[in-house]
Amino acid sequence: MDGEELTEQETALYDRQIRVWGPNAQRRLTKSHILVSGIKGTVAEFCKNIVLAGVGSVTLMDDRLVNEEALNANFLIPPDENAYTGKTVAEICCDSLRDFNPMVHVSVEKGDLSTFGAEFFEKFDVVVIGYGTRVIKKSVNEQCRKLSKRVAFYTVDCRDSCGEIFVDLQNYKYTKKKLEETVECELNYPSFQEAISVPWKPIPRRTAKLYFAMRVIEVFEESEGRKHGECSLLDRAKVLEIKKKLCEANSVSESHIPDNLLERLITGHTEFPPACAIVGGILAQEVIKAVSGKGDPLKNFFYFDAQDGKGVMEDISDSFTS
Amino acid sequence: MDTQHQQSALKAAKVLMVGAGGIGCELLKTLALSGFEDIHIIDMDTIEVSNLNRQFLFRRSHVGQSKAKVARDAVLRFRPHINIRSYHANVKNPEFDADFFKQFDVILNGLDNLDARRHVNRLCLAADVPLVESGTTGFLGQVTVHVKGKTECYECQTKPAPKTYPVCTITSTPTKFVHCIVWAKDLLFAKLFGDKNQDNDLNVRSNNSASSSKETEDVFERAEDEDIEQYGRKIYDHVFGYNIETALSNEETWKNRRRPRPIYSKEVLPESLTQQNGSSQNSSVTDGDSMISVMPSLGLKNPQELWGLTQNSLVFIEALKLFFAKRKKEIGHLTFDKDDQLAVEFVTAAANIRAESFGIPLHSLFEAKGIAGNIVHAVATTNAIVAGLIVIEAIKVLKKDVDKYRMTYCLEHPSRKLLLMPVQPFEPNPSCYVCSKTPLVLEINTQKSKLRDLVDKIVKAKLGMNLPLIMHGASLLYEVGDDLDDIMVANYNANLEKHLSELPSPVVNGSILTVEDLQQELSCKINIKHREEFDEEKEPEGMVLSGWTQSPATNGESASTSNNENAIDATDSSSGPEIVTKKRRLSETKPENHKKEAENVESEEDDDLVEIENPMMVSKKKKRVE
Repeated sequence: MDGEELTEQETALYDRQIRVWGPNAQRRLTKSHILVSGIKGTVAEFCKNIVLAGVGSVTLMDDRLVNEEALNANFLIPPDENAYTGKTVAEICCDSLRDFNPMVHVSVEKGDLSTFGAEFFEKFDVVVIGYGTRVIKKSVNEQCRKLSKRVAFYTVDCRDSCGEIFVDLQNYKYTKKKLEETVECELNYPSFQEAISVPWKPIPRRTAKLYFAMRVIEVFEESEGRKHGECSLLDRAKVLEIKKKLCEANSVSESHIPDNLLERLITGHTEFPPACAIVGGILAQEVIKAVSGKGDPLKNFFYFDAQDGKGVMEDISDSFTS
Repeated sequence: MDTQHQQSALKAAKVLMVGAGGIGCELLKTLALSGFEDIHIIDMDTIEVSNLNRQFLFRRSHVGQSKAKVARDAVLRFRPHINIRSYHANVKNPEFDADFFKQFDVILNGLDNLDARRHVNRLCLAADVPLVESGTTGFLGQVTVHVKGKTECYECQTKPAPKTYPVCTITSTPTKFVHCIVWAKDLLFAKLFGDKNQDNDLNVRSNNSASSSKETEDVFERAEDEDIEQYGRKIYDHVFGYNIETALSNEETWKNRRRPRPIYSKEVLPESLTQQNGSSQNSSVTDGDSMISVMPSLGLKNPQELWGLTQNSLVFIEALKLFFAKRKKEIGHLTFDKDDQLAVEFVTAAANIRAESFGIPLHSLFEAKGIAGNIVHAVATTNAIVAGLIVIEAIKVLKKDVDKYRMTYCLEHPSRKLLLMPVQPFEPNPSCYVCSKTPLVLEINTQKSKLRDLVDKIVKAKLGMNLPLIMHGASLLYEVGDDLDDIMVANYNANLEKHLSELPSPVVNGSILTVEDLQQELSCKINIKHREEFDEEKEPEGMVLSGWTQSPATNGESASTSNNENAIDATDSSSGPEIVTKKRRLSETKPENHKKEAENVESEEDDDLVEIENPMMVSKKKKRVE
């Protein structure tokens, strides 16, 4: 297929997974370039998974200095103060990840994601935003969409024992085996902006409550100028007020979003490592699918909640209104 | 949330992990991050290169070292203050008895084989410690909770035995590549390099059965001074040429089948190979028996490449030559091992030549190795997800949150939008011989079967006992152990060779045997039913064990054999996604069975499974854990 064969070394190392997705998919993986911004527990899990899978390169962005909080669910940071003082999260994680698989090129990019232009994003096949404001997510998504090549765009957000993944593959064509024949499939994804501004009223009631709850938190953090996860039970009243407003604006009843779910999301700022492992695992699986062109990709939201144990896909686009 | 309370509960908990492989590495990491501080871990394996794509606690420099120990050291690097104790040992060792298990609050399995899973299940029942069980294959995974008296045990549902094929399909009428692999591995390889005294169906049964079996036996014996290449060609011509000709003479067989083509070495190979391929000098670069290979000397590099008939024939002859040249001492007691490169090359070549003969598509070494070695597909992501699910269940178990226990399936294709599908656990199966001590029934010919057959085929293979003891009434027929005196051992050995009806205390129709394993603290009764005849193809063991609910035939789950890594009971990923649904539908149609019904996994309308009000669910729910 496309270009050179896998080396003997690659075949030996990746033996068990080549048996899952085949040598062609493995070859595509080894040529893919992934940008990851914002490394908390879930993204650390994600990075470990794609580095093990053998992608071509991973570029890490997270200029936070390492502190106690960053250590919480992130096993890429050894808790040795002497080693991490003065270093950024991305730098420390980079060292650990390189060690996992010497065949993957892992590097650090510094700077504010919102200042980068389209020519920067063009270098990548996949962009993952671990945490960031709604504004940043929107603008990066738009930059990616402007490019002539398709850059797969993902955001991931874990709070308490819940997690959300958003996927934008724009126009995505792939093949899959159905019984004995291979069929062509095509999917059209809404942008981040489109997907989070779908009117609520026509969305089926069985849709994961987390979709609505996350939007409330997003609006709250933006309107208060908070950083990601910077909220507590003290903010309960304000959050409920925003929920009320959003529900009214969308003409749905307030029972649409349970209060206790919102409470969990604003109070649980220590990450729950099992949820990080699960959501980071699903995210990596999705990126591997998109890069290798094998398997039905997620469209376009995924939710996990450890409380009921469900991992559910939601397709949320304006198709509900049409 | 009572986070504070939960953290201190995790801190105080003492947990045992069995297995430090694919799931184990992920599990140890997630347990440590989640706040568990007292973790014991058992694994008998050492690290191999093919582990490194997912067992992220290991590096290339660790190859050959104990998994349990290296995993422990790696996790202590990011959580230095917790207690992790590693055991580089087999969980079936006698020191890991019920008393050992009793010190733990919960046992977490990340195992790769049925045998060890059953063993741990029994010890958990004996010690009354909850068990969280898990498995993955490719993108599929599964986590279950087993708590004595509250949920079903691991063995409440029978586990399908590894896939077997009818003897004549293997010996005479292969239609799939796997049949050729089984022939090459279990018949040809075993005949040439394994124990010569074992029964072997390698030679085709021809109608004129008089065709001196003496004579054909001798084909496989190499005379002292016989040239190895000549010997190899003789074997080649016999199994791919002469045997096929013989088979073709049975016209009846080929009435509705494609006739195979006999292949002789002179058609595909030059007169002499020795000059151009002096295999002996090429192998000197290798550094161990398992690394010896004919591929470099034949200019073959890529294991995923398809070899033609000539290449396969060259590999066949050269591999056979190398076995005699380099590994002569092992001949006579070799068994096929997927990590033995030369064995894999020989089996691949032999299977391909046979496939060519029968018009079956050939396969690469890479593919053949996967089939021959029962290699289970494995990726890091599924293991990470399953490990996360195990920890979530372990926390519920510690909180004794029985209502919230879930069995979770990790799917490749979403079912009703779900990629992770939680299901309520099932009640114990009242007819489970392991956790409910229900008697079993064994149909057997008591005049023709020896006690040895019963011990090997039933007590060890089917009941999974490690150190069995067999009693008939008050009479002790058989036991194993270190503390037996010579006279007893001699007595038991003599009993093994006796037919059941000739034992000191004769076992006949209506007899009740008590079979026990003292280590597993499992005891069960077997009712003996005498039966004269057994179907050779369908009941090749010559005996039939029944008594606990047999799950209806095959349902996509199969082969979880002992060399599998991280196996759930699924053979290949393509049939995988159907496991869940198939299994359930099967049981739905059989309401009288102890069952797993899927349709009540979730209510359609409500997010919250616990509050299901649908009256349809009530009766089904009863069978589940309250």
